Amino acid sequence: MLLSIALMTIDHRQHHLDSLRSTLSVVVYPLQLLVDLPGNTVDWFRESLATRRQLQEDNFSLRNQQLVLNTQLQKLEALEAENRHLRALLDSSFQVGERPMLIATLLSVDMDPYRHQIEINKGSLDKLFEGQPLLDSRGIMGQLIHVGPFTSTAMLITDPAHAIPVQVNRNGLRTIALGTGKLDQLELPNIPNNADIRVGDLLVSSGLGGRFPPGYPVAEVTEVEHDPGRAFSRVLARPRAQLNRSREVLLVWPEQIEHPPAPKDDKPPQPSQPPKEKTP
Amino acid sequence: MNLSRSRGGFIILVTFALAMVLTIIPLPEGLIRWRPDWVGLTLIFWCLALPYRISVGSGFIVGLLLDVLTGTLLGQHALALSLIAYVCVRLHARIRAYPAWQQMLTVLVLLVLHQLVVLWVDRTIGRPGHPFSYWLPSVIGMFLWPLVYRWLNSVRLAFSVQ
Repeated sequence: MLLSIALMTIDHRQHHLDSLRSTLSVVVYPLQLLVDLPGNTVDWFRESLATRRQLQEDNFSLRNQQLVLNTQLQKLEALEAENRHLRALLDSSFQVGERPMLIATLLSVDMDPYRHQIEINKGSLDKLFEGQPLLDSRGIMGQLIHVGPFTSTAMLITDPAHAIPVQVNRNGLRTIALGTGKLDQLELPNIPNNADIRVGDLLVSSGLGGRFPPGYPVAEVTEVEHDPGRAFSRVLARPRAQLNRSREVLLVWPEQIEHPPAPKDDKPPQPSQPPKEKTP
Repeated sequence: MNLSRSRGGFIILVTFALAMVLTIIPLPEGLIRWRPDWVGLTLIFWCLALPYRISVGSGFIVGLLLDVLTGTLLGQHALALSLIAYVCVRLHARIRAYPAWQQMLTVLVLLVLHQLVVLWVDRTIGRPGHPFSYWLPSVIGMFLWPLVYRWLNSVRLAFSVQ
């Protein structure tokens, strides 16, 4: 018996047991739903008991927000066109394109407290795949590590076992951001003492490694410590995404070619394009 | 045997399901590290009460489910729980006869064993170490044991699970 268990542990490291895990995840799915239920019910009650006045206020502020966003979007379109034009002049192949997206909700269940993992309510039935990047409205959150039929497990960028290739938005300095095990801290190792990096610099994903899409915000540098006695300086950053607060997350598909199962732009059930103008 | 086998199996499943629900139910940030090992406690109880029905195999299956629930390496909790199930079944006659405080200490040892195995596997695959508070759940589990024991025992008697 013990031998078989030892075998399993070893076997898992070579990813032979993913199918077993996804089968078992169906077995425990009812339990997760049960635990998620109270939170859901409270949300539902809050929504259905909202007063007319509250709804009006919400509506008003959302409409205002949309107006502002639309204005910014106009500017963005112009900038994008200009950018494309300049890049064409430079013969550069880099581009940040529109990507297919899907919104998933977190299941409010706790996982191992010493791993930064979250459970979401979409799985392989929605064509998610392992290694898929996960975002919230402010930045990259993490990537999927196990995909079951109905649920998936994602590892956050702050998990000690996680690393993400990033670059400094200001000057393109490339590096890697490692998770530290603290929800509000990333560490950038191996940055030379004379590197041009400052507190407040925005780190965006560099797209190296092909796992994360390039150009999405990841973190903000919070601390740079030059120690002349050491070869590298100590640089810490705070993740941009609200890792412990977001309830809705975005799943992104890479540009079509690599993954045929990825839905086309118009396919996903809830494409998260900017809100359509439905206001009467 | 056949008749008694069919009796109460459902209740045992329900208690394990309840333990797993308690394991993943969201707690406030500060309390997360204080969460006792409910599944371990339940397993110890059933191993002591019904050593001929619940033993290493059940521990293994429950552990696998726990692995999937908590997102750990598949087989990690399975290994640890089947180990404590083995010890429990082996010593069940002795542990049952212990006075309460001695029983609590035994439970502490078993729970620490569970965490130790999980920690070993974690370190083997290269995950970083944990702060000292990692061991808190075992201690809390020890103090909860008399309550868990009394409650599960009353459940067992009420539904005459054998």
